Amino acid sequence: MKHQPPPQKRAWSLNSSATRGIIFQVLTLSLVLAGVWFLWHNMQENMRIRGIESGWDFLGSTAGFDIGETMIEYHPSESYGKAIWVGVLNTLKVAVIGIVLTTLVGVLIGVGRFSRNALVRGLCYGYVELFRNVPILLQLLMWYLIFIEVLPPSNEAWNVAGLFFLSKGGLSFPFPTDGVGQVLAGAAIGLVGAWFWRDRKQKHFELTGQNSNRIWGPAALILMFAVAGWAVAGMPTAWNVPEQLIFMVDGGVAATPEFMAVLVGLVIYTAAFIAEVVRSGIQSVSAGQVEAALALGLNQKQNMKLVVLPQALRVIIPPMTNQYLNLTKNSSLAVAVGYPDVVSIANTTINQSGRAVECIAIIMLVYLTTSLSTSAFMNWYNQRMAIKER
Amino acid sequence: MADTFIPIASRPSPVKVTGFVPWVQGNLFADWRSSLTTLFVIGLVLYVLPGFANWAIFNSVVRADADACQAARGVGACWGVVTEKYRLILFGRYPYEDHWRPLLATSIMVGGLVLSCMRYFWKPWLVIMWFGVLAVFFTLMGGGVFGLEPVRTDLWGGLPLTVMLATLSIFLAFPIAIMVALGRRSNLPAIRSVCIVYIELIRGVPLISVLFMASFMFPLFMPQGMPIDVLVRVVVGITLFAAAYMAEIIRGGLQALPKGQLEAADTLGLSYWQTQRKIVLPQALAMTVPTMMGNFISIFKDTSLVFIVSLYELVGAMSLALNSDVNWRPFKIEAYLFITLVYFIFCISMSRYSLWVEKQLSVSKAR
Repeated sequence: MKHQPPPQKRAWSLNSSATRGIIFQVLTLSLVLAGVWFLWHNMQENMRIRGIESGWDFLGSTAGFDIGETMIEYHPSESYGKAIWVGVLNTLKVAVIGIVLTTLVGVLIGVGRFSRNALVRGLCYGYVELFRNVPILLQLLMWYLIFIEVLPPSNEAWNVAGLFFLSKGGLSFPFPTDGVGQVLAGAAIGLVGAWFWRDRKQKHFELTGQNSNRIWGPAALILMFAVAGWAVAGMPTAWNVPEQLIFMVDGGVAATPEFMAVLVGLVIYTAAFIAEVVRSGIQSVSAGQVEAALALGLNQKQNMKLVVLPQALRVIIPPMTNQYLNLTKNSSLAVAVGYPDVVSIANTTINQSGRAVECIAIIMLVYLTTSLSTSAFMNWYNQRMAIKER
Repeated sequence: MADTFIPIASRPSPVKVTGFVPWVQGNLFADWRSSLTTLFVIGLVLYVLPGFANWAIFNSVVRADADACQAARGVGACWGVVTEKYRLILFGRYPYEDHWRPLLATSIMVGGLVLSCMRYFWKPWLVIMWFGVLAVFFTLMGGGVFGLEPVRTDLWGGLPLTVMLATLSIFLAFPIAIMVALGRRSNLPAIRSVCIVYIELIRGVPLISVLFMASFMFPLFMPQGMPIDVLVRVVVGITLFAAAYMAEIIRGGLQALPKGQLEAADTLGLSYWQTQRKIVLPQALAMTVPTMMGNFISIFKDTSLVFIVSLYELVGAMSLALNSDVNWRPFKIEAYLFITLVYFIFCISMSRYSLWVEKQLSVSKAR
């Protein structure tokens, strides 16, 4: 008997998974589009009936409210757009400083969990459990309360060596009068140079196996460029030092109690999570790796630097990125203590101008941009650090 | 030749490594650095502890006596504020004489949560029981039937609100999260992109912006003449937010599942939904339990943010109770510490429970 091929299914049968796939997709897309259209239509209708105006023209009109602390010049007679930009800068300020500090505290506490001293282990464990299990909003409110109630009034501020003053008015500290920008610019150029230096040394090491110190050279390079920047600025040596007057602390650079409360709250809260990330990362390196390193005759320090940390970092980086993003997003709670971040200023703008839709869109856009760009950068870094399989 | 047996000298007995003294030696005074740290920490504790104990215990005022509290200000804590206001903090603006209703409703809901945590009750009827618990909760809180006085939702507050927001959002977010996670792993490009956009959009913005949206924009979204209750709006907001995070956790579980499982299911001729329901989800969900518990804890903590859109959960109820009373307003720190304790107890029990579940899971994996 001749072999008969099975009858071919019609291409457009309902039983073919390709056809079903198309049907499902068309259904989903039309449902989503119908939903969006429905909400959009209702919104237009409601706004028309209630007489709510829409559009972005309000960004140009006069804001009329003052902002407690700004990084750039701002005056109430300027526009809403400028006010929101001031808020964005304030958000970035607290997020960037917070990320640096929280990394330091978090890593210290995470490593402290492995201390040989039982008291240190216990303290670090207690810290993590305590601060991780209380909502960040509550912590921010408590820090703010401590800053404005428990600290002494500004006419009798606590001071350290006559340089740092802490009071209800905030923290004042000395700061160079000018030339900071030039020094930072110099350091940034040095950083790029240092990057290339390390890269060349790494290639040299991979080619020849000759290892050389890769810390002091780049560090010296950065320092050199920073000094060059200082020289370009004309070697200013004047410092703006705060001093105690009869009623207040004057001079220097001051951090407001709102800023301090947000910063301290975010740093302490996020550090508890970072400590856990670091701990689980170090624990994820299998015991065999450490034993093998000891068998090869590496000492404790080399073992940590060459064997444990490079492997732990791969586990640590992705969740660490998440914590950085969480810190940035949690900085939006600054609205509860009155720190003028972007959410707080957008909130004021909503109350004054009634443009809720636009302002919420701006808030979301600001955070989306930060989140997506940070995660893109960290993904790139993560890929560089990932195991290169040959 | 007579050999005489001359024993060699016996070895010294091994150093004792268990017990109190060796533990102290090894863990507190192993070398000079460790000893120095120990002394430093003990010194620090001795420096801080007496002052703190005096403030919190010995000089504190527990009676609800505003004058005594005022007198002890600065030297002792005023726990009297808790004695005086705990009912307002725990139940918010709910009518005072009807406080037994939120108390009973919260107890039933917490009881339901505790039952769901016990292995013995992990049966299909648990889901039905939850519908019952939610029905009883809303009947008790809202009233209007069985001779219960009706209470508007904007008067609900305090602990019942916190527990209800967290439980209901988790309950509602779970099915959405499963669908979105499956959608993100689907090979149909349109469905996949919709899910990716949803997840990334929500995860990229803070919860507070979603809550702002719920409170300012949701009323505009509804058709004319259909007002939407503020509680419903906030629940929808938190649910949508939580679902995106849960979907990512479930996706992690799905990705960890070996491909062979799917191929075996295909070979057996199971359909897509049969495969997901019988093969993929049971294994994937079991893998995600520890991470999921962590997420539940953060949802519980995040419900405190509804304070910012004017719902009076614990923090809001406390501010309301204290701001309106000049006598007790200066003692906010003590009231904050009380709320901290409430949150801490809930969160730490959840995290202990999650450790226990993790242990149970590793038991099933051991051979």
